[in-house]
Amino acid sequence: MSITEILFWFLTAMALGSAIMVITSRSPVHSVLWLIVTFFAISGHYIMMNAQFLAIVNIIVYAGAIMVLFLFVVMLMNLNAESEPQKNRMLQFAGLLAGGCLFLVILASLMKATETSSMVQLGSGNEGLIKNLGKALFNDYVIPFEISSVLFLSAMIGAVLIGKKEKAEHDGN
Amino acid sequence: MLLALDLALILEKLVLIVIVVMASLVIAMYVTFAERKVAAILQDRRGPNRAGPFGILQPVADGLKLFFKEEIIPEFSSKFLFILGPSMAMLTAIMTGAVVPWGDHIDFFGRTVSLQIADVNVGILYVFGVVSMGVYGIMIGSWASNNKYSLLGGLRAASQIISYELAMGISLIALLMVTGTLSLKEMVLQQQQGWWNFCYQPLGFLIFLICAFAECNRTPFDLPEAENELIGGYHTEYSSMKLGFYLFSEYINMFVSSVIMSTLFFGGYDLIPFYDESAWGLSANWMAIIGLGALMAKVVFFLFLFMWVRWTIPRFRYDQLMNLGWRILIPLALVNMLVTGAVILLKQNNWHF
Repeated sequence: MSITEILFWFLTAMALGSAIMVITSRSPVHSVLWLIVTFFAISGHYIMMNAQFLAIVNIIVYAGAIMVLFLFVVMLMNLNAESEPQKNRMLQFAGLLAGGCLFLVILASLMKATETSSMVQLGSGNEGLIKNLGKALFNDYVIPFEISSVLFLSAMIGAVLIGKKEKAEHDGN
Repeated sequence: MLLALDLALILEKLVLIVIVVMASLVIAMYVTFAERKVAAILQDRRGPNRAGPFGILQPVADGLKLFFKEEIIPEFSSKFLFILGPSMAMLTAIMTGAVVPWGDHIDFFGRTVSLQIADVNVGILYVFGVVSMGVYGIMIGSWASNNKYSLLGGLRAASQIISYELAMGISLIALLMVTGTLSLKEMVLQQQQGWWNFCYQPLGFLIFLICAFAECNRTPFDLPEAENELIGGYHTEYSSMKLGFYLFSEYINMFVSSVIMSTLFFGGYDLIPFYDESAWGLSANWMAIIGLGALMAKVVFFLFLFMWVRWTIPRFRYDQLMNLGWRILIPLALVNMLVTGAVILLKQNNWHF
């Protein structure tokens, strides 16, 4: 095994293990922390594919900003392992069934996919380097890029609007 | 062969990592001492002067005291997270040093050793990523303390750091447009040949400086540990060396942000702007030492600025802090970015509209 393969398997085990911990741990705060570990493992995979920009942005945006807000909300709502509602057996069984069906569908579609056995080329390719990525985004994919930025803007304005509205009602009372 | 690696390279990098980590720790130790001395001078006192000549052993004594203090872990806290908090704070504080170019290179028994641990091509984004991780140390520790004042301090820290990260990022974008590279090493090389980036981006530097103060939780932005409102803030429940880690990581952060500011805006290890020092014909080792000295002189100035501000300006109120971040710094940074972009476009077009 070469060092890239060792790293690949290590990161894969880390990503899957921490992802399982996200859904199995009782305390929501622990779940959030495990999710951060998952993001780090995925960033490691990006680096192995030579996509350094994507890796670091994944850490800055997801692990560094979005998960902080998640943690923020979970801590403010004071969710603990004790206050976590226990679901009844029937619901758990239904969830298992639904999840299993989804898994089957994904598995079936993966089996049908043309390239099943080839692994991603590790440590090669330079499309993920920031220079090439910027050129691709602003030349070849400029319209999708701009449309998605408008989408973000509208989401942001929506959030501000919701915040404002509640405040106005509160002042009215 | 299982692991075909250059052993000498690994050894070289390991030595460099150990030196950088130890140096940041020792410098941070003496920054605590310097802070007490500067405070004393500004308040017309003598400051610590009992341990050793001029009190220079004071940081060692402080460290020993923290190690020997009783360690208390609150009964209803999550023990693992309670320990993870200060460890994360310390880890993220030290990690930034990896991409900083501390000097050009030295010749060591015929081997050219670069004085930078890793010249990654996303250098400044790496710094940014590590900084954005820094908030977890405070948040995890404050939540694990199971104390409402700690939690309030942690929430304040999180909202403050996220708010000021935005303005910091936007001010950096303007700088990146000027330099056209993300690698810190290349930025320094560019500044060695031409003007320091401060000349191109004075407003960007000012915004970056203010945000650096906020990210380090330094006065006037030290609301997470506002002792008259929150007892001790996020580290209320901490004692012994875990408290020491929190306090110490603040000083390491100060040191690291001073290094980053010197590197980004003031030429890093460049001694004199508009002047080619290689004309002196000194050997690479001497140049490296002079460069390191120049970098450290800039760092010491910024560290002094941190302390000067701390003992001069009172703490902001929370709404003032948020107003400054969202209503003043972010619009200013945006305007700075737009103006920079427009000027660069004009320059590319030979100053024709």
